[in-house]
Amino acid sequence: MRIVIIDDSGLRATVLEEGLREAGYDDIHIVPPRGAFVARLERMAPDVVLMDLGSPSRDTLEEMLIVSRALAKPIAMFVDQSDDSMIGAAIDAGVSAYVVDGLRKERVRPVLELAVRRFNAFAKIQGELDEARTALSDRKIIDRAKSILMNQRSLSEQDAYALLRSSAMNQGKKIVEVAQALITASDLLGGGL
Amino acid sequence: MMTELKIAFLPLTDAAVLVAAQERGFAEEEGLRLDLIRTTSWATLRDRLVYGQVHGAQMLAPLAVAVTLGLSQQPAAIAAPYKLGVNGNMLVMASDFAKALEPDVAARLADPLGTAHDFAAAIGLWRRKPIIGVVHRFSSHSLMLRYWLASAGVDPDKDVVLRVLPPSLTVEAMRAGEIDGFIAGEPWGSAAVEAGLAETVAIGERIWRRGVEKVLAFRESWLEENPETVDRLLRALARAAAWCDDPAHHGTLADLLADPRYVDQPAELIGRALSGQIVARAGEAPIANPDFMLFSREATSFPWRSQALWIYSQLVRWGMVEHDAVTVAKAGGVFRPDVYRRALADSDVPMPGASMKLEGAMDLPLAVGSRRGELTLGPDRFFDGRVFDPEKIEEFLASFVPAR
Repeated sequence: MRIVIIDDSGLRATVLEEGLREAGYDDIHIVPPRGAFVARLERMAPDVVLMDLGSPSRDTLEEMLIVSRALAKPIAMFVDQSDDSMIGAAIDAGVSAYVVDGLRKERVRPVLELAVRRFNAFAKIQGELDEARTALSDRKIIDRAKSILMNQRSLSEQDAYALLRSSAMNQGKKIVEVAQALITASDLLGGGL
Repeated sequence: MMTELKIAFLPLTDAAVLVAAQERGFAEEEGLRLDLIRTTSWATLRDRLVYGQVHGAQMLAPLAVAVTLGLSQQPAAIAAPYKLGVNGNMLVMASDFAKALEPDVAARLADPLGTAHDFAAAIGLWRRKPIIGVVHRFSSHSLMLRYWLASAGVDPDKDVVLRVLPPSLTVEAMRAGEIDGFIAGEPWGSAAVEAGLAETVAIGERIWRRGVEKVLAFRESWLEENPETVDRLLRALARAAAWCDDPAHHGTLADLLADPRYVDQPAELIGRALSGQIVARAGEAPIANPDFMLFSREATSFPWRSQALWIYSQLVRWGMVEHDAVTVAKAGGVFRPDVYRRALADSDVPMPGASMKLEGAMDLPLAVGSRRGELTLGPDRFFDGRVFDPEKIEEFLASFVPAR
């Protein structure tokens, strides 16, 4: 079974490809949705096409599936409309799949299930990365606010942090919000660092 | 207790009524909170609606018919009780291509028939078979472009290449030389003109003076199960639409739509379609097209069954669906004037007495039978003078030569 993954972000495609290979599929191709990707796809004559549900290239791809003679009859989205739980899981995970008409449902289902799991795993990794990035920038903001307090009020680092923390608690805010407000105020008053 | 509704939309100027309903308090007055979900492609919007990730969607009217008929996926019954606007498209082509057309852009736009013939001649002069971007096979834009090209003997399936791409990618595709022009909803045509990449070649409103465009679409089953919520939403939208139509609000509306959550384009570009001040070539004075995009007046939002059937007739004409009595009934049934009447029965929205009319029969504004208030319908001519009688679809189809 030939599977084509259309994907712009290298990481997600790799995560998916790896999973498919582990499961024993070996005819897998990754095509970025740029330039003449439709013509390329047409020559490959895939049995299954997997892509991100939110990809802006889906309209272009679907048009190709309708007019193409290279592929068999288009190719409803998903395997079987009656399989609601599968479809729901795929939509939630952001997977869209196009399957050549006539391919048996039992053959496609494991591919789709795997894609859903891998897309979810990818979303989790992405979420963790974003969180790590946010934590990092929060840390920088707090450090800057601390050094403003240390300079202007001659506090130790520990006391500066304690002051930020108690202000945040009193105002019902996050420390980073208080720190940001302090930096802004300090910049406005020309005392920024 | 607020009811929250998720509604998917594409970044287009004619998402205006939905945005205004949420941002200007019209939804809140009806106890609704609209969670407007920006989507890049029509395929994704369709899937979100069909598979229940959203309650409703701003949908291309022909796509609503096509999804119901199952023309590109498993059939899923869609109901459209409300039109979010009429008109608002334009065809732009690369400036080099447009050199073969009437150089006076105002004269060019005022004479769509002449321009169609000039366009036909320009095809042979171009360095390749012209590639024209359309936003979807089942879009009003694509059907209108086909109608216009065919009037000058151009076969849209053979003489040009129609390439599908979502509206927000059109300008970049022009820049990359992947397409030679495109027809899309605003502000994308104006954005290409402003970037100096293209000139306006035709305006939707000049092809069909009251062209059906986006509808508010629901899954039919959801619409039937939630009549009270649907009615509240339609009342909110009717008030939002009247607000959007008022020229005094166009500035505020353009600013609202310019927000990154919505269209994410400069307010000045968005304002052009709202005010009908169309810049057809970069740097030139705008050309006034007061009916460029309508939201409310003339019962714009009323879902005339005859308009769903006009769409159907064009799908048959281009071989996208086989004509038979069952399919006609299904296609016509996508538009739901019955729900519109129910929802707006106690409002001050003028209500047409009929649910079907001849399309393209009016040269001048005409006062028509109305159950309440004064209702004047605007001129709705097609540029070639054809009239569509929804009772005589076969005759209408036979009038296109060569028949397809």
